[in-house]
Amino acid sequence: MMHRRHLLQGSGAFGLLALAGCANIGSGPPSKARVLVVGGGYGGATAAKYVRLFSDQKIDVTLVEPNDAFVSCPVSNLVLGGSKTIADITTPYTALAKNHGVRVIKDTVASIDPVKKVAVLASGPTIAYDKLILSPGIDLMWDSIAGSRAANSEGRVLQAWKAGPETVALRRQLEAMPDGGVYAITIPEAPYRCPPGPYERACQVASYFKAAKPRSKVLILDANQDVTSKGPLFKKVWAEQYKGIVEYRGQHKATAVDAKTGTIKFEIQDDVKADVLNVLPTMRAGQIAVQTGLANANARWCNVNYLNFESTAAKDIHVLGDSIQIAPGMPKSGHMANSHAKVVAAAIVAELAGWEVNPAPMLTNTCYSFTDARNVIHVASVHEYVAAEKTFKTVAGSGGVSAGPTEQEGAYAWNWARTIWADTLI
Amino acid sequence: MRLRLSAMLPLAATVLAVGMPALPAAAQDAGALRLKALAATCANCHGTQGRAVDGAAVPGLAGMPAAYMIEQVKAFKSGARPATVMHQLAKGYSDAQIEQVAAYFAAQKK
Repeated sequence: MMHRRHLLQGSGAFGLLALAGCANIGSGPPSKARVLVVGGGYGGATAAKYVRLFSDQKIDVTLVEPNDAFVSCPVSNLVLGGSKTIADITTPYTALAKNHGVRVIKDTVASIDPVKKVAVLASGPTIAYDKLILSPGIDLMWDSIAGSRAANSEGRVLQAWKAGPETVALRRQLEAMPDGGVYAITIPEAPYRCPPGPYERACQVASYFKAAKPRSKVLILDANQDVTSKGPLFKKVWAEQYKGIVEYRGQHKATAVDAKTGTIKFEIQDDVKADVLNVLPTMRAGQIAVQTGLANANARWCNVNYLNFESTAAKDIHVLGDSIQIAPGMPKSGHMANSHAKVVAAAIVAELAGWEVNPAPMLTNTCYSFTDARNVIHVASVHEYVAAEKTFKTVAGSGGVSAGPTEQEGAYAWNWARTIWADTLI
Repeated sequence: MRLRLSAMLPLAATVLAVGMPALPAAAQDAGALRLKALAATCANCHGTQGRAVDGAAVPGLAGMPAAYMIEQVKAFKSGARPATVMHQLAKGYSDAQIEQVAAYFAAQKK
């Protein structure tokens, strides 16, 4: 059997540490294996819970997350459309501690030392780890669009791509906009967080305008050639349901914004003026991943070994969710981050127990998009690890999209949200 | 894949890893862990360990008889049972995986 050799190749000297740690599992601290999770989104919170579940609560798990509660990015566009409130999409972190024994620390990790295997919290204390799970989400590269950083910090030009206060603020801007105004959203080149998200947002804003401000317009300014996800479905909805409201323009790469005049400048095309500017700059892995030297793909995303999501730049640091360099056909989505987390949790439990890591992990993805308050379309896929190519690929014949928006899928979409929040946090 | 769902016992695990026979009643073994992880790919929509949230629009899978679940998922896969999403997801799993996952959920408390 090749188990030990495989393990030692994969984790080097850690094998010894792991055995030392594991030999005392069950006898309590301080010699338990310590897993530190950084970031409590769909990836990190799920990983924290599932390391506890998969280890039968034998492995110590600490989660560092700066927010009091989890605000879901998926379905947050409904807050812009007005059919849901921010409270509807918010879940506290308390159950992770109560139900699963995860130690939740409200803080930010200021730095990580991959050699000493410690993380330093912004408030000062240091936390040592045997395994670090890094799920920091995305960093918005404001410098990719001149003037956008200042305009955003002044609250004039919002992103609302990290759901939370900006989501509420953008809804207020839409409410304050007079009828006959223009809302413009700029989309960066792929890959970015949530491929169908901008197009769903356009539908939600259009749905609100159609009901409340019918002379208003939604302008989609996309740096990509064409709609990057569910294209034919979205275009049909815009043409039929939002005719005269939504206008889509591909190949519009934003280069600068002027919040005072409401102007967006582009690499090639003419300037555009709008009343509400929603600017999504280029994205990369979360700041802590970048500063730790893990963003080794194009200086933006983190290359990982897809079998266990261990960084190719640092041993015993496993990166998951939106921060990673994606495999073919793998979206940066909340569902996918939750799926990554379970593969990572199982791999870490196996490594700490001295077992061979699962050579054939699986991932699923389902992304629902609300085309109005009730009707929904989806894209779904199943991904398998292909050992010969050391990557995930979609399983041939699996996956697909909806035929068109339905209320039945609307019910399933909201059910999906409630269930994945519970699977991630409760 | 044999199922041995019991507590993790690391010394036994170490022995297992170098190819010795399994110790009885000892460890949750690597196979059981893999099965849990495979079944967890259903949890995003059907609930952790197959336990659906209150008022769910989709069935919980915990405690579902294995034969019934296998029949239904294979019907999604073949297209015999229409669906919004499950016909697309079911095609991503082999018949062997469907049978393993069904056995796992049948053994879970509702």
